[in-house]
Amino acid sequence: MSPEPSHVKLELRGITKRFPGVVANQDVDLVVQPGEIHALLGENGAGKSTLMNVLYGLYRPDEGEILIDDKVVAFDGPGDAIDAGIGMVHQHFMLVPVFTVTENVMLGVETTRGPFGQLDRQAARGRIVEISERHGLHIDPDATVEDLPVGVRQRVEIIKTLYRHSNVLILDEPSAVLTPQETDELFAVMRSLVATGTSIVFITHKLNEVLEVADRITVLRRGTVAGTTTPDETNLEELAAMMVGRDVQLVVDRPPATPGEPILEVRDLVVRDERGHNAVNRLDLAVRAGEILAVAGVQGNGQSELVEAITGLREPDAGVVLLAGEPLADSPRDVFEAGVAHVPEDRMEDGLIADFTVADNLVLNSYWQPPFASGLRLHGEAIVSNAETLVGEYDIRTPSIFNPVGNLSGGNQQKVIAAREFSRPIKLIVAAQPTRGLDVGSIEYIHRRIVAKRDEGAAVLIVSSELDEVVALGDRIAVMYRGRIVDTLSPDEATPERLGLLMGGAHPEDDDAGTLVGATADTGSEQADG
Amino acid sequence: MAERPRRDASDVPETPASGEPAAPAPEAPEESGNRLLSTLRGMLLPALALLAAFAVGAIVIVISDFDLLGQWGSDPIGAIGASWSAIMATYGALLRGSIGDPGALFGALFSADWEALRRAFGPLSETIVSATPLILTGLSVALAFRVGLFNIGAEGQLYIGSLFAVIAGFSLVGLPWFIHLPIAVGAGFLGGALWGFIPGLLKARTGAHEVIVTIMLNFVALNLIGWALKTELVQREGRSDAISKIVEPTALIPALVQGLRAHWGIVIALLAAVAVWWLLFRSTKGFEFRAVGFNPRAARYAGMSIAWSTVLSMVAAGGLAGLAGTAVILGGSGTLSPGFSPGYGFDGIVVALVGATRPLGVVAAAFLFGALRAGATPMQAATGTPIDLVVIIQALVIMFIAAPALVRAIFRIRAERRTAEVFAKGWGS
Amino acid sequence: MTAAAAAHVMTRAERRLRTRQRILGIVYLLLAVAMVLGFGVSVADDASSSFGLTAPTAPIALPNLVIPSATTAYLLAAVVAFAGAVQLTRGFGTRGAIVLGLVAFAFVFAFLTWVAAGQSMNLTGLLETTVQRSVPIAFGALSGVLCERSGVINIAIEGMLLSGAFVAAVVTSAFDNPWLGMLSAVVMGGLLGGLLAVLAIRYRVDQIIAGFFINIFVTGLTAFLSVRLLQPYQDELNRPERLGPIAIPILSDIPILGPVLFNHNIFVYLLFGLIAVVHFGLFYTRWGLRVRAVGEHPKAADTVGVNVYWVRYTNVILGGMVAGLGGAFFTIGSTGGFEREMTAGRGFIGLAAMIFGGWNPIGGFLAALVFGFADAIQSRLSILSIAIPSEFLLMVPYIVTIIVVAGLVGRARAPAADGKPYVKE
Repeated sequence: MSPEPSHVKLELRGITKRFPGVVANQDVDLVVQPGEIHALLGENGAGKSTLMNVLYGLYRPDEGEILIDDKVVAFDGPGDAIDAGIGMVHQHFMLVPVFTVTENVMLGVETTRGPFGQLDRQAARGRIVEISERHGLHIDPDATVEDLPVGVRQRVEIIKTLYRHSNVLILDEPSAVLTPQETDELFAVMRSLVATGTSIVFITHKLNEVLEVADRITVLRRGTVAGTTTPDETNLEELAAMMVGRDVQLVVDRPPATPGEPILEVRDLVVRDERGHNAVNRLDLAVRAGEILAVAGVQGNGQSELVEAITGLREPDAGVVLLAGEPLADSPRDVFEAGVAHVPEDRMEDGLIADFTVADNLVLNSYWQPPFASGLRLHGEAIVSNAETLVGEYDIRTPSIFNPVGNLSGGNQQKVIAAREFSRPIKLIVAAQPTRGLDVGSIEYIHRRIVAKRDEGAAVLIVSSELDEVVALGDRIAVMYRGRIVDTLSPDEATPERLGLLMGGAHPEDDDAGTLVGATADTGSEQADG
Repeated sequence: MAERPRRDASDVPETPASGEPAAPAPEAPEESGNRLLSTLRGMLLPALALLAAFAVGAIVIVISDFDLLGQWGSDPIGAIGASWSAIMATYGALLRGSIGDPGALFGALFSADWEALRRAFGPLSETIVSATPLILTGLSVALAFRVGLFNIGAEGQLYIGSLFAVIAGFSLVGLPWFIHLPIAVGAGFLGGALWGFIPGLLKARTGAHEVIVTIMLNFVALNLIGWALKTELVQREGRSDAISKIVEPTALIPALVQGLRAHWGIVIALLAAVAVWWLLFRSTKGFEFRAVGFNPRAARYAGMSIAWSTVLSMVAAGGLAGLAGTAVILGGSGTLSPGFSPGYGFDGIVVALVGATRPLGVVAAAFLFGALRAGATPMQAATGTPIDLVVIIQALVIMFIAAPALVRAIFRIRAERRTAEVFAKGWGS
Repeated sequence: MTAAAAAHVMTRAERRLRTRQRILGIVYLLLAVAMVLGFGVSVADDASSSFGLTAPTAPIALPNLVIPSATTAYLLAAVVAFAGAVQLTRGFGTRGAIVLGLVAFAFVFAFLTWVAAGQSMNLTGLLETTVQRSVPIAFGALSGVLCERSGVINIAIEGMLLSGAFVAAVVTSAFDNPWLGMLSAVVMGGLLGGLLAVLAIRYRVDQIIAGFFINIFVTGLTAFLSVRLLQPYQDELNRPERLGPIAIPILSDIPILGPVLFNHNIFVYLLFGLIAVVHFGLFYTRWGLRVRAVGEHPKAADTVGVNVYWVRYTNVILGGMVAGLGGAFFTIGSTGGFEREMTAGRGFIGLAAMIFGGWNPIGGFLAALVFGFADAIQSRLSILSIAIPSEFLLMVPYIVTIIVVAGLVGRARAPAADGKPYVKE
């Protein structure tokens, strides 16, 4: 019989963690009482995952300390944290796909019998069944993990921590992969767990969930604590405001948009991700020539898959994508030829070849066309003169156009991509996180370029999790949540509170805070034949 | 080509997977851009690797001489001198065997005696003969490396190419040499290209790892050749062993100089090097090859086809290896028998690595290893050191080239910023 | 999701599987046709194949198995055709692998029947040779399994075998003690394994390059020392005592299988033992669970406190030791003296056998038997003056490996993290 978890108080005091170029956590305090569900709320870049990795022993804090039952502890690795009774359910599961549930749960703490360390699967199995029944976590201990749908895998992760007698359970964005029904089941499990004395820290960006299940809430914004409260003392709007802040927005001086014909039309788009989940779930949107549609939303709500479907990198599973009335081609090169410019969200992985020169990167998708090539032959002079022109025009800081682009600063790298994509006649720009990791000057520059192209008549779709950017650039602002556009606003309507609510899944018009958008027509994920 | 793992949507920049300390994330400093200095720095590591390899080779020479070892015990001071002379004698013989004796060379040049000239330039000629196939197999492997593929199959491609070349050589009779020879050489290329096409296609369509497929195809090729050489079509009349008919004289590659073994195959090899250089750096296909090799994801995003690059590069690589075998046979005996290749295909891997997969580097490395090979036999004759010393040195060169961290640790050089290249991404796709 | 979309997705995911099943079914049918034409029709109606079932040393002489050649061929072809029909229409699901094995067996037996048509062939002798020839390959495969299951590719098996052979011959000759020779071969293999591990894990050298380096280095060094030391000191250093066959008392008298399995030298028994131990270890013990976790998902193993680096180091060294032992078989287990490059690519074949066998010890052994069988039978063919060139037979296992690697008969699942260096954050 597994012993009852002991009731422990967990405290993080003054935690600061720095990485090159960014301070992920600054002087963060967090107190988790025994038997409490403590929600850690924040959007991308708020520092939630870093904080939890510190707690779990994966990172060492630069300043501050961790206290369990008021005694300072230090962790050298997850092993120490596990020994101290802290268990973590990661957002990306740490399960060996070809092992069974039992094998995954016992890995590292195997029960053995006999002189050779023979695995005693039966004993482990028994304990697993017992834990699963006690807390309503229904699983088949002999199932192979890779056959299991995502929601069930999460249960396995939870059982893993309980199997190791965790007193504190950290759940990192657990509902990201669950249907609304599964989320309700998860909440029931959570309540059952705390009833037996376990404390839960639960990381999320979803406001409704926080109000529904948390005992206390800590809101993180840009690495610091924006506020601590309880569901009784607050409401959705206040939480939203704390989460996104009332920072002064970057204002991009621009003439009003004069939108023309619809260039990009997306109807009923369905795109599945690698896990078999419907990342894009019957999404509609339209962008007209001469306007910027900015899509806001916390990362992980299907934005990447949407962009891939629109740029020919991923075949949609259903739905229609039209470019100027014609169905969109299905290969990146054809999409390019149709006049679509793509600024990918990961410039070093997807947008540039680090070892290639600036000049070569500037023709990365056009090198095969005249004037850069005729047949098999590359025309070096044309490539060079093109590079010289663009470097001057876009003010790309590099000692030479033959410098490997990996040596440039982030801002200049992004300028290279912008120069490449914008310097030809285009109908549509698709830009994902266009100013991620850039300094203010570069951000401003890229924004100006985008607006300039808009004024030339291009349709612009920007997908960004930076609210400042969305509000600064968007002629219309859409919010994406769980694979759909939940609402589209004009710049005036897009207050931080409203945006925060939408991004957190609470449609302001709903008076019942418990309704999750998208729950009615269909379920969020069909894990049928993953 | 294995996909890189997707980045998490986490708040924090991931540390890159490399042996070097992580480069700072958003604001990387710009390089000082001194081209000469960086070229020299680029040559430093291979040079040091060579030095290290020869040094370890020297140790092997000393240790394997029991008498010398005994002397260390009884007369250490004298042993140092003796060891040094043993090492110098061995490496000296190696040098003389590969390039020639400076005294003999000068003497022959001034004496204008044809015989003396021939003898003096003999070693150099042998080096050229050895280097010719190495240039071609080195190019073959290097080209594949550029696209991120490991072509272990150069040996098999070489054999199949040779078979095609030889068949074209003896079955077409009565053609003038300026028609026959190109056809035979072309056939050699074709054979190798075919044998490179198979793994290329399998990799592109099914993701089958080219290392295993090419290794298997090497064995298949060897057996195929063994069989073919005993068939009526190919086997020489009157012989019962596995040896082919002799090709027509019009299909033979002429010697550079009468009486010396070096032949015009070296020209073919050098031309091939130029062609590969042009392909890689001046053509659209080469642009794609290099892009796919550096970053397949970005290449795909930019509209390139990874599958095509895979197949085409393997076809070209196979063809180059086929040319290697063709050059050896048509420039030498004019007949094919199994075992004519002392591992040119595998040496190509070494040459490609040492030459840093650049055509120019490959040529230089091929001459280096060709010199080593050529000089090995005279070295053995002169000092009794087995020719396999050269193989050992070759292996050490590979290791030191492939483990920059090791060389740096030995010579205490500061780490550069470049990340280590990793080809091995598992057997699956 | 609409029903149409669901159906669409269904087909896309499963279409490839169905195509593969259908191709396999067609292949079976074609095989059946080949069997009929090749082994049935081409043989005289009254010819019979006589299979000797007695090993030369067996005390009990069994009567030969005599079967009508053509009829047997037709019967087996019918079985294969039936399998093909079922595979084409419905597929065999999880039993597909067993059916594949049966089809292969039927084909091979029909082939043997045809070979022996009108003549007699000693089946037991053939099987005995098969086991002999497959031993080094099986050692190589086992070594590969140990390494790759923890996620490290071991191309250096060839070099490890060769080094084991060398060291075993030299030490046994020098000290007149084959057991010492065997032990030193194991140590040598372990050292090379350690070298590979350090290069691959600590210095993150590309594992294939590191493996190649070891191969070339060992090949060169052993050849070098062979000339430098073994030739001049032939009697002292290269005339090792060979370990002869040990017949296990009762087991080796079992008809047919007895001499095949239980009348070999100690290496074969060690091989059997090691296969059993490693198989048990990998799949039934805590050690094995952790090893496999490291090979599949090192990060997951790391987060539950398994020391990934330690596991990889130990496994690669163990793999090296196994390969070293296998290498000793070449010298003190069979021919005696060391000759340069005597392993002749058996290490690479071992790798192929490992892949063919699905990365597990028993599968690797069975695959090694296939290679050994091909080797054994091709040497018989010339004696039996059969039309098939022996080279084609030798090619078969390699081609089969390519087919397996290309996933044409179902995916060969390598451990997921095979070949990728692990970086702890």
